[in-house]
Amino acid sequence: MSQNLCPECAAVVVLPADVMQNELLPCPDCGTELEIISLNPVTLERAPEVEEDWGE
Amino acid sequence: MIRVGVVGASGYTGGELLRLLLGHPQVEIVSATSERSAGKFLYQLHPHLRGRTTLRFVSQTALEACDVLLLALPHGEAQQHIETYANLAGRIIDLSADFRLRDAAEYERTYGSPHAAPDWIERFTYGLPETNREALAHSHYVSGVGCNATATTLAVWALAQAGLLPASQPLISDVKVGSSEAGRQPGDSSHHPARSGVARPFQMVGHRHEAEVRQSLAPCGEYDARIAVTSVEMVRGVAAAVHVTLPVGLSERDLWSAYRTAWTSQSFVRIVHESGGSFRHPEPRLLAGTNYADVGWEYDPFTGRAVLMCALDNLGKGAAGTAVQCLNIMYGFEETTGLEYGGIYP
Repeated sequence: MSQNLCPECAAVVVLPADVMQNELLPCPDCGTELEIISLNPVTLERAPEVEEDWGE
Repeated sequence: MIRVGVVGASGYTGGELLRLLLGHPQVEIVSATSERSAGKFLYQLHPHLRGRTTLRFVSQTALEACDVLLLALPHGEAQQHIETYANLAGRIIDLSADFRLRDAAEYERTYGSPHAAPDWIERFTYGLPETNREALAHSHYVSGVGCNATATTLAVWALAQAGLLPASQPLISDVKVGSSEAGRQPGDSSHHPARSGVARPFQMVGHRHEAEVRQSLAPCGEYDARIAVTSVEMVRGVAAAVHVTLPVGLSERDLWSAYRTAWTSQSFVRIVHESGGSFRHPEPRLLAGTNYADVGWEYDPFTGRAVLMCALDNLGKGAAGTAVQCLNIMYGFEETTGLEYGGIYP
């Protein structure tokens, strides 16, 4: 397991040992959905949210 | 095991004290008083206590000497008889407003009559552990807290402590409250057909708890705290939203850092500030029966406008829960003893 910081609130996010690139997980403090965008080094970013399509 | 008496045990706050103390492993309740209900079993007024005790209410004339007296009397009564209570117990926790304010003149301005026992005021310690824990550990006489004052104080405390809340502004605390704040005695305004479903402005200016908030925040600055109370469709619960202006350009990380500094080591204050979901802000419904206060915020970095929030149970963290927490601190018990209940959902 490794530890990283949430890019939104700086909470410690504990990652499982078998974590995979593009895996999604929530921040334990602010609940933001995070995406692991790289493994070496481990980098977390806020995951893109599904945008509403209002037909425009 | 400490021997405890509850004076004025027939009200809602008294009932909550009894519920918590009956579950406390270090406490034996030896007396619970009610003048009107002397002789009745506790469960006859507090039906949720059925099967948990065979105690009956007694008159104050039958009050036994004990280690601690918890006073849950209407405001103004404890100060009239404080010498009598002090002769019965070496430690007192008074949940009324009688000994909250440190200054007799401020008390008279706020409550409209001179204090009956001004010499006793300085012997009491204000009973909000999150702002005053050190003093409580060495106190024999502790005051209770006002529920709306507690919600307002805890809502702003982290940023006031961090120096991020300028004192040169009024703190406007918009407080939504449940019906149990009005106490056990029914009246025209609490009659179900009149009370149910309301969003009733109760007191928009001049609330008595403002002085208590100003006093609590004094170590951080001379704040002008204002409380506006609206009665809403809840039985238990307080939801405070304090409208303030912060410096512009703060980041979410700045605010998280200030809140974590204030609250991470506190057992009963939780930070609720999520990026999404139905419960991303403090919600009193989840806190019924608990000793938790949930705090959070919403902030516009372009204007500095912010709303600082706190939710709690007015009978729990806003009264009886905090009193039991103080008792734990006074006796050196684990602070969470007897207060572990976490609430229910839905």
